[in-house]
Amino acid sequence: MSGPDLIAISPLITLTGVILVVMMVIAFARNLKLTCFFTILGLVATLLNLVLIAGNDPMQVTPLLIVDAYALLFSGIIVLAGLFISLLAYSYLAHRGEKQDEFYLLLMLSTLGGVTLAHSTHFGSLILGLELVGVSLYTMISYPVRGLVSLEAALKYLILSGVSSGIILFGTALLFAATGTLAFDDLAQADISMANSTTFVLVGMTFLFSGMAFKLSLVPFHMWTPDVYEGAPAPAAAFLATASKGGIFAVLLRFFLSFDGFRFDALIEILTWIAILSIVIGNLLALMQDGIKRVLAYSSIAHFGYLLVAFIATSVVSGTHLAVEASIFFLIAYFITTIGAFGVIIIMSTYTAADHDVDAREDYAGLFWRRPLLATFFTVMLLSLAGIPLTMGFVGKFYIFAAGVESELWALLTAVVVGSGLGLFYYLRIIFAMTRQVEMRDGLTVPVLGGWALGVLSLLLIILGVYPTPVVQWVSSVASVMG
Amino acid sequence: MVLIMLTLLAGGVVAWLIEGWHRDMPRWISLASCTLSGLLAIPLFFSSGAEHIVLSGVSSVWIEVIDVAWIPRFGIGFLFAIDGLGLLMVSLTIFLGFIAVISSWSEIDHQPGFFQFNLMWTLAGVVGVFVSLDLFLFFFFWEVMLIPMYFLIAIWGHENRAYAAMKFFLFTQISGLIMLVAILALVLGYQAQTGEITFSYFDLLGHKLDPDLSWYLMCGFFVAFVVKLPGFPFHTWLPDAHTQAPTAASVLLAGILLKTGAYGLIRFTVPLFPEAAADIAEVAMGLGTIGILYGALLAFAQDDFKRLVAYSSVSHMGFVLVGIFAWTEITLQGSVMQMVAHGFSTAALFMMAGAIQQRLHTRSMAAMGGLWQEAPRMGAIAMFFVVAGLGMPGLGNFVGEFLVLLGTFGVNKLIAVLATLGLVTGAVYGLIAMQKVFQGRRESVSGIPDFGVRELSAMIPMMVGLTLMGVYPQPIFDMVEPTLASLYELTGINPTTWVGSIR
Repeated sequence: MSGPDLIAISPLITLTGVILVVMMVIAFARNLKLTCFFTILGLVATLLNLVLIAGNDPMQVTPLLIVDAYALLFSGIIVLAGLFISLLAYSYLAHRGEKQDEFYLLLMLSTLGGVTLAHSTHFGSLILGLELVGVSLYTMISYPVRGLVSLEAALKYLILSGVSSGIILFGTALLFAATGTLAFDDLAQADISMANSTTFVLVGMTFLFSGMAFKLSLVPFHMWTPDVYEGAPAPAAAFLATASKGGIFAVLLRFFLSFDGFRFDALIEILTWIAILSIVIGNLLALMQDGIKRVLAYSSIAHFGYLLVAFIATSVVSGTHLAVEASIFFLIAYFITTIGAFGVIIIMSTYTAADHDVDAREDYAGLFWRRPLLATFFTVMLLSLAGIPLTMGFVGKFYIFAAGVESELWALLTAVVVGSGLGLFYYLRIIFAMTRQVEMRDGLTVPVLGGWALGVLSLLLIILGVYPTPVVQWVSSVASVMG
Repeated sequence: MVLIMLTLLAGGVVAWLIEGWHRDMPRWISLASCTLSGLLAIPLFFSSGAEHIVLSGVSSVWIEVIDVAWIPRFGIGFLFAIDGLGLLMVSLTIFLGFIAVISSWSEIDHQPGFFQFNLMWTLAGVVGVFVSLDLFLFFFFWEVMLIPMYFLIAIWGHENRAYAAMKFFLFTQISGLIMLVAILALVLGYQAQTGEITFSYFDLLGHKLDPDLSWYLMCGFFVAFVVKLPGFPFHTWLPDAHTQAPTAASVLLAGILLKTGAYGLIRFTVPLFPEAAADIAEVAMGLGTIGILYGALLAFAQDDFKRLVAYSSVSHMGFVLVGIFAWTEITLQGSVMQMVAHGFSTAALFMMAGAIQQRLHTRSMAAMGGLWQEAPRMGAIAMFFVVAGLGMPGLGNFVGEFLVLLGTFGVNKLIAVLATLGLVTGAVYGLIAMQKVFQGRRESVSGIPDFGVRELSAMIPMMVGLTLMGVYPQPIFDMVEPTLASLYELTGINPTTWVGSIR
């Protein structure tokens, strides 16, 4: 490995180094403040490192990793997600008793996994990243153990995630059997015209996608999602919903683009049905929930359904560029919004003594009059999830519509319209609950660190919702390389 | 033009913040920002800097045009332009904003600052709708005006507010998304043919699309606007929203939000897709006629005073729909006139309903009666607006309805005849309401206060306005004539000089 190679993957090295430092710190002094400080420092350093090498030419480093604008962009948003969740989680963890330090360690490990996925061009690194994310998450979900809820969630995630990894591995093996390679580039050039290998590839791709769909919680592989979201501590759920799913989506999109997985009509048909079902079922089930975390779980199922619309739109050659751009933009908006929404739950749950987070809709009744600023932030997040203008969620939704129209996916667009309508209903219900007039004292003080992080997220959401041009240009230039 | 919006937006923020200092200040701030934006609009009436823009061969006159890049990636810009029609609508908006602030003067006890914030932001959103000529920007404001209105209904509404607010939002939002798909298909279709991506109305106008596609896109726009109008059969959200909304929100909803639907039909649906619109003109006029008669019938059957006024809105806006789709200059002028006059008369009636509810704590007409004896000023004023609503000659509504019927008769006699029946039914429900509420015997004398200076100061300008429109409507005709003439010409029909002949 040469000098330029090392420079290219320096963010990965920095992040790994910081993880070791944090581990040492924990070994010598169990001090949450110190650990949090080093975590944030490390993530910021990684971010700076990413910015520093952003101008360099794309570079393949070993057959496993590629460093290009696409990888850097996804690494950036995953690291940022980790950063914001770390900030939000501090007070939450501080009020959960001692020995919470390792949560940060796990969070950084999981972030490293996500970043690896973003760089991955080989099934080796794909599996590596996937498991790094997954294994850290099992522990994060069961982390501040209070009662059995989070343990149940962790166990459920462990088993199902393990099974889906197995399915992905099997799919990979089939692809390898047909082509004799595991690198994306070589796969793309492999001759699969023989009858046997076509079948192998198709079955392999289907297995691969099904496994990924498990991790992205798409219908009909979504059963675990609400329970895990509900049981996991809010910071872990926020990480699961954003950084983990984001990394997996990044590698999936890269693989499909380079391998041209869209040439299989059967696969497109499966994808279309999965998207429609995710949107419709996700939204319908969200209607029936009372817990806000469960609502967010089902709404994330629906959101990945929307994202899949853009994903499918990349299959039409003329629309590829726009669709890739749409996917990335939508994902960024989804990241900010979801972290923000979970951030509100994290802050609300900081002082609770119960064995679960504060997430019943009733707990939020009258929040507008008790904590106007917090309620306003939450309203912005919910409106963004619903795709209402003035927020980034609207521009994201607009992108999905644009990609769908460009690729003429009318059936999917109908599903998006119906789903958005249903979605409004349950988001507005939460907002309405917050505007109710109720007498309730809760002695809640908003933690400084978390409060500021949430404020920054809300501002970002509105500023980029009103003037999205900077992000649009950035995303567009990245998409033009890919598509 | 942009300053008007900024004034309203800033006024809303200041009103919200100032609540902590004094609870009475927010409404004064709102009043001040309405006044200021009204003053800012005055120069536009006398503006000499008219800009001519040639739209696919037809010259059109604009008072002011602003074009700044926003999202260049999609050819989206802050394209604001105002012409006679836009200015008329903006003036109506600001004026009714004024009325709304006055009408809610003593009604709101809970969180007055946030209330005024929502009121001002609704106004700003509506102004935005009337001056945006970039389709993305238009859609942006189209949605923006809904959120504060949702809050107005959901927080300060009456007993069944959650249901009403939700229904209002769902109807308008879903139809809005359908329009968004249509907008995108139009823009991307344009891009496919010309290689240039733009959301500018000026570029997209006159663009020839595949007829089939064009028909679907027209339907997308049509649905969104007709839901807002509201036209039969998409009107069901309106009675609920109106009945549950606080007075100020009802005034805005009836006065201006419904007008955005009609405005959209005139400005976008027909000019962008003239052939497709012509295809469904008969259907649309039929829907309008059904709306007129059905709305009147339902209004007649109501016991709730606000519901009655709400259904009468459905009936009156039916005339607008008929007028627009008859697409002659006479009917268009009539529709615009009807929009303005209906804005005044319905806003006044909702204010009346709010005033009665505040005094008697009921909206049920069965529990009213004989109010004239106790509150003669209220009675007289209510009589005036009811009579205006039923189309009494000499008042604005008559001019609008008469022109619509006159023009429609030349296009489709059956529809004109059926629509005329609306004038009769209008008289029936209007007078019945009058009898139930103000005449008859008052069972218990509760000593309710009559209208005071504050309420009179809102009512009298509207009465003067309606009378002026009724006896000398020419200034309004002149104001919108250039707009309508160019739109008319754009759709391929030769302009006539009918305005001169009416003189």
